[in-house]
Amino acid sequence: MTEPIVRFQDVHKSFGDFDVLKGINLDIKPAEKVAVIGPSGSGKTTIIRMLMTLEEPSSGDIIVDGKNLWKMKKKEKMVKANEKHLREVRGDIGMVFQHFNLFPHMTILENCMTAPIHVKKENKEEVRDRSVKMLERVGLGDKLDSYPNQLSGGQKQRVAMARALVMRPKIMLFDEVTSALDPELVGEVLEVIRDLAKHEDMAMVLVTHEMDFALDIADKVLFLDEGVIAEQGTASEVIEHSENERLQGFLRRFRG
Amino acid sequence: MFNLEFYSEPKPKLEGVIIMNAIIEIFPQLARGLHVTITVLLASAILAYLMAFIAGLCRLSGNIIIRKFTGFYVEVFRGTSLIVQLFWLYYAIPMLFGIQLGSNWWTGVIAIGLNYGAYLSEVVRGSILSVAQGQSEAATALNMSRFQRMRLVIFPQAVRMMLPEFGNYTIQMLKGTSLVSLIGMTDILYYGDILRSSNLSQAPIVYLLVLVFYFILALPLIWLTRKGEHISKKGVANG
Ligand SMILES: Nc1ncnc2c1ncn2[C@@H]1O[C@H](COP(=O)(O)OP(=O)(O)OP(=O)(O)O)[C@@H](O)[C@H]1O
Ligand SMILES: [Mg+2]
Repeated sequence: MTEPIVRFQDVHKSFGDFDVLKGINLDIKPAEKVAVIGPSGSGKTTIIRMLMTLEEPSSGDIIVDGKNLWKMKKKEKMVKANEKHLREVRGDIGMVFQHFNLFPHMTILENCMTAPIHVKKENKEEVRDRSVKMLERVGLGDKLDSYPNQLSGGQKQRVAMARALVMRPKIMLFDEVTSALDPELVGEVLEVIRDLAKHEDMAMVLVTHEMDFALDIADKVLFLDEGVIAEQGTASEVIEHSENERLQGFLRRFRG
Repeated sequence: MFNLEFYSEPKPKLEGVIIMNAIIEIFPQLARGLHVTITVLLASAILAYLMAFIAGLCRLSGNIIIRKFTGFYVEVFRGTSLIVQLFWLYYAIPMLFGIQLGSNWWTGVIAIGLNYGAYLSEVVRGSILSVAQGQSEAATALNMSRFQRMRLVIFPQAVRMMLPEFGNYTIQMLKGTSLVSLIGMTDILYYGDILRSSNLSQAPIVYLLVLVFYFILALPLIWLTRKGEHISKKGVANG
């Protein structure tokens, strides 16, 4: 059996008195495509934000490629990770946000080139070539020198994906990347994700309300409910054979 | 329309001549103060900008002592008047502590620089805080360090937002430089006062010309401020 690239071990998260996640256990294999579904407020975003180090778990362990993300060894004891440790471990993870979060003061090309050059210290020409290729792949080869505010929402989101991809992550996180888009722009973004899912051997975690799409591309579906993973399995296991009442209700609402 | 011609015809000419003569006499006198006004402005602007960034960033520091200390500086200098600060530095501190801050030029520069630095540090702080949270998160997702996030993502956007306010405060600083005449600096206002005291009847024209001088000096700053507003509007639309 292959070692998981991501492992959650009894991860809890609360905001103040409010327990959002009550013990998440989860393995993601390399190259696995995981869809996370569940009602609003069930903690889907929180799970991937903890993996991206944007939110600290209240307890439990998150293991990335064999390394504990939020804890490090110091004098034989496990202590809270410092910035240096976080940077070492999260280097393999990339994320695409609901609201794009492109850098507005940089061109599209600069948005893609900045991190490989400054973070990974890669050769500038090489990074440029790779960024241009990536932008062409997402259909924006003619927009290299445009600024984000000159693009449509769908184009922005495709840039955001290219920007994450040029870092060559082993794990890509997508947080409802189409839900801020006008309906007619959703398709072009989903097409890019479908292309990645088919041709890239990185692990992907998709939080989404695009149910049919998610079930179509996912190797594994997680149904998150009331702070735990209430159901998990392949798409057909979860959709057709689950006896979970709440999941059935949830699916009915989404698929009409 | 109002049939003014019959009595006002000769007058404007005569007055015009007197005014022209006065201007020709006064202008070069005032211009002797130009050097002081401009150098004090430039030096105190540089000091103010420096203090603005240092104090602005310190107030966002994770270290509570640094934060409180700079907070104290900002509140003291914003909460008391520039002219009193100037007198403190010029008269009180040398008497109390035996420290000379250097010439009166330096005293003026330090007072104005520290005072406006305090105001501008709030502009720096506010602009940095107003860069959207998502920007910093996107930078983290690209594995940037804290310093890289600030330098590559937050700061460039914050600076664009700061430009108009920096312009406005620099114009105010120009006007503030006139206070150095009170500690014996020979700036434009100082020469204006001298001219007025030597010929009281010329007071209106002298002060009119002083105004004109300041306005001309302010023009490039006004222009730069406009430009800054333009850049700041363009540079940070939604990502
Ligand atoms: N920073 C925070 N402070 C306080 N509460 C928070 C914070 N972030 C999230 N929450 C709360 O935690 C719960 C889970 O939030 P989360 O965003 O993970 O849900 P979600 O499943 O992504 O929902 P949605 O489908 O609406 O995006 C919500 O009730 C939310 O209000
Ligand atoms: Mg969410």
